[in-house]
Amino acid sequence: MEKEFAAMPILPSVDFDDLLLLLPHELIGLAIVVGMLSVAIGRNHFVSTVISTAGMFAAGVAAAMQLYELAMGASTTMVTTLFVIDALSALFITLLAFSAIGVAIMSFAYFHKLDDARDEFQLLLSLATLGAITLVSSAHFITVVIGLEMLSMALYGMIAYPIHSGAWAANSLESAIKYLALSAVASATMLFGMALIYAATGTLVFLEIAVATAPLFYIGLLMLFAGAAFKLSLVPFHLWTPDVYQGGPLPAVAFLATLGKVAVAVFVIRLFSQPQIGQIMAVSTVVALVAVASILVGNLLALRQTNLKRLLAYSSIAHMGYLLIAVLSISAPALSGGTVTSSLALESALFYLLVYSLLSLGAFGCAILVSSSETEAAGVEDYRGLFWRSPWLASALLVMVLGLAGIPLTAGFIAKFQVFFAAVSDSQWGLLGALVIGSAVGLFYYLRVVYQMLMPVSETEKPFALREIGLESLGVPVVIAVLTLVVLWVGIYPEPLFALITAASF
Amino acid sequence: MTLLWILLLLFFGGVFAWLSEMLDSRLPRWIALLSVVATLIPLMQLYGSFEAQRDSLWIIEFSRSWIPSLGINFLLAVDGLSLLLVGLTSFLGIIAIGAAWVEIRDRVGFFYFNLLWTLAGVVGVFTAIDLFLFFFFWEVMLIPMYFIIAIWGHENKRYAATKFFLFTQFTGMLLLVSLLCLVYFFTIQHGYLSFAYEDLLRVEVGGKLEMWLMLGFFIAFATKLPSVPFHSWLPDAHSQAPTAGSVLLAGVLLKTGAYGLIRFTLPFFPESSMKFTPVALTLSVISILYCAKVALGQSDIKRLIAYTSVSHMGFVLLGIYAWNLIGLQGAVMTMLAHGLSAAALFSLAGGLQGRLHTRELGRMGGLWALAPRMAVVALFFSVAALGMPGLGNFVGEFLSLLGVFSVSIWAAALAALGMIVASVYSLWVMQAVFQGARNTEEAQASLSDLDARELSLYGLMMVGLVLMGLFPNVFLDVSAIALEHLSSASDAFVAVRERL
Repeated sequence: MEKEFAAMPILPSVDFDDLLLLLPHELIGLAIVVGMLSVAIGRNHFVSTVISTAGMFAAGVAAAMQLYELAMGASTTMVTTLFVIDALSALFITLLAFSAIGVAIMSFAYFHKLDDARDEFQLLLSLATLGAITLVSSAHFITVVIGLEMLSMALYGMIAYPIHSGAWAANSLESAIKYLALSAVASATMLFGMALIYAATGTLVFLEIAVATAPLFYIGLLMLFAGAAFKLSLVPFHLWTPDVYQGGPLPAVAFLATLGKVAVAVFVIRLFSQPQIGQIMAVSTVVALVAVASILVGNLLALRQTNLKRLLAYSSIAHMGYLLIAVLSISAPALSGGTVTSSLALESALFYLLVYSLLSLGAFGCAILVSSSETEAAGVEDYRGLFWRSPWLASALLVMVLGLAGIPLTAGFIAKFQVFFAAVSDSQWGLLGALVIGSAVGLFYYLRVVYQMLMPVSETEKPFALREIGLESLGVPVVIAVLTLVVLWVGIYPEPLFALITAASF
Repeated sequence: MTLLWILLLLFFGGVFAWLSEMLDSRLPRWIALLSVVATLIPLMQLYGSFEAQRDSLWIIEFSRSWIPSLGINFLLAVDGLSLLLVGLTSFLGIIAIGAAWVEIRDRVGFFYFNLLWTLAGVVGVFTAIDLFLFFFFWEVMLIPMYFIIAIWGHENKRYAATKFFLFTQFTGMLLLVSLLCLVYFFTIQHGYLSFAYEDLLRVEVGGKLEMWLMLGFFIAFATKLPSVPFHSWLPDAHSQAPTAGSVLLAGVLLKTGAYGLIRFTLPFFPESSMKFTPVALTLSVISILYCAKVALGQSDIKRLIAYTSVSHMGFVLLGIYAWNLIGLQGAVMTMLAHGLSAAALFSLAGGLQGRLHTRELGRMGGLWALAPRMAVVALFFSVAALGMPGLGNFVGEFLSLLGVFSVSIWAAALAALGMIVASVYSLWVMQAVFQGARNTEEAQASLSDLDARELSLYGLMMVGLVLMGLFPNVFLDVSAIALEHLSSASDAFVAVRERL
């Protein structure tokens, strides 16, 4: 078989308009440079936080404006062959940038008492965010690799961040090494997969992949999926998740659990919504098996956890499984009146991803508000009686936990409802069965958290000392309040978000 | 608009009750009582105009656009059937608040918040005619109930609350899947998305799949009802819940299951429901006899009443699957009468527990001399529960049996045996608690009789039961029109009924 390799210009021409489209990336990059210079001049935790937050905020606003223009009818643009700026990328860049601001505010409070270098965490955070937004706007395997590595490299540093005081120092190093070793293997697997796909199709622009029937192509796709599955902590690539969650500092874990996963998931959704790819039987069978395994294993292992971080780790495994159900339904061959079903599935996948990141960030935010780098409220029993000791915080955590369990009045219900609907429209009975069983099992451990919060603290036991809200942690309640209100608002009146997502799905 | 007002009254009443605790801990119960009583006014108005549904399907409707991109609207409506059940909900809401009046001493504000939100959820279930909205309320009513059991429950509350939540949630998922399949079929057949009740009545599923979808609906509702074999959550939930929780559970929450069967399962899936009738009748006969037998073996008075509840709800299931108007009327009447009698019995059990600090029958006895008023009240409701003519329960169970007799003589005959067992356990409880040798434990020496608050609550329920027993047409006329409309709801439903 002869292949023609189109002559690609080594340095594609970039004009001013292209640069303008990449404004969010550039703004965060600028903030990183400014941040580094300011650290060189003088260390000040507050100043570095303001610089990184300002960069993210500017990027978020720029992306929101792009989203507005795209929703008003501007067309999708490729910036060279590397980046694609469409409504999907604009939506998720906005989301990622604003979530990153939330994490930055939380980490400022968390690291406030650390008597060592604190500024670098903000730099790493900006760098990881840049990686994440590169990933969601990538159209080319090269950009995927760059984005993914930028994200992962920064995350190694964030997870290993030296917490000298307290008993957490050794743990964070252990979990960072674990993440580093396994993540490197996953990246290598992905690269191998990309190489195989390139060998079979002759292109690295994955938005334009023509289907090849060569076995090499299938193997390449599966390897690519395996690498992504590692980052999304899907079974059987999930083993690192609970340990890394447990050992890492809370803000780093919050970032990993929300932004880190969202970015990779958007890439997977982009890949699988290529009509030719999703319909490959061999691939979709494997993905379906992974989804079922993730839902069952994640939920079952979460049952016996007494550590909140481990519990959220297993629950995130299950949630990524739910997400895969919606992703699988995108690509399934359209039934009669099929246009209804396929766009529904895509929208439900994006909606689920958005809601999951809000809920998860909110849950970690509540944990961060009661913790600091010295002591973390890690055990579920640390939250006993929280509802009576700190009603507002407990109500927020309650909303997040019930949202993760998919209970009405929260956005989690609408999201799960849509995944159910997508699976029903696609007649995925096996996946639906796993979804029903998984949701029921999931309730059990979410209820345990709820129950602990509702129990009064008996007089004989000494409850976990709640941290005083000082100047440094003033921003965290605001972030949590915003997240809680959004979760409730979307849970009661989801129409605006639906409209936004409909605009963003291609 | 009226319907929305009732819901908002309960939702905001709950919020205000919670907030008012900051001012005074006696305020929440008054606010709660006031908002529930206030819902009676629009309900009375609606009762006055129930004839309106002769011309249209509903007495009153409310509709607003909610999530248009999924074809979901905020549709509320009542017909005679839902009106009676909403009325029962409000009435028992007052009883529940009365039962909690002195029993609940800590975290009062949050308690009444949960109580009112449970009521709001139940009213939502009875009035929603958009299936998404229905499911929304169906799930919403569980959470405050979970809180009521988990926070104010007795010694084994965690187990009971979790079991209650898991049973109903898991079967709720089955309901959701079936419901979405139905909507999907509607979309394919009619070209647009809709969750509206009247739209979904027009779906034709057919074949094996219809049976599966019907089962999804049936299991969800039969768990709530509850019917054997989905009943095991109920004795635990009842025995652990505080009195007001038990009153709401037995009086109102169980009725949502029966309502779902009447309103949705039969009209949506007439063909497969018809095929399923023998199974449903068998389940109801087993529920009636088996749970009455199990009730006899209980030593915990609340568990005993819980099992008798399952037994009585068997008559509701029986009446529903009789496929005729008499049977359905019997089911509706049993729902109303059992709502009152079970609520009263649970209040009495709660009153005994509050005074004696035990639910064990073995530690009671000879209380008649100490608390004669309580004994008389208990005798009245026990006799009502066993089906004495002249009281509401008799009318309901008699009509159910009459309805089912024309369909299956065997089912009617066996179910009628349940009424005999009912008199055995009712009288046995009376003897164990109020007659016989006096138990000499200390707590019983200074037993106080019913006070004015309790007497007026029981008095209200007695009046209700006597009214149902002597003038059943006051209620049956309202539901008759609704049930007739319902039985001609869809062409397929009519066709199936004509074959009988």
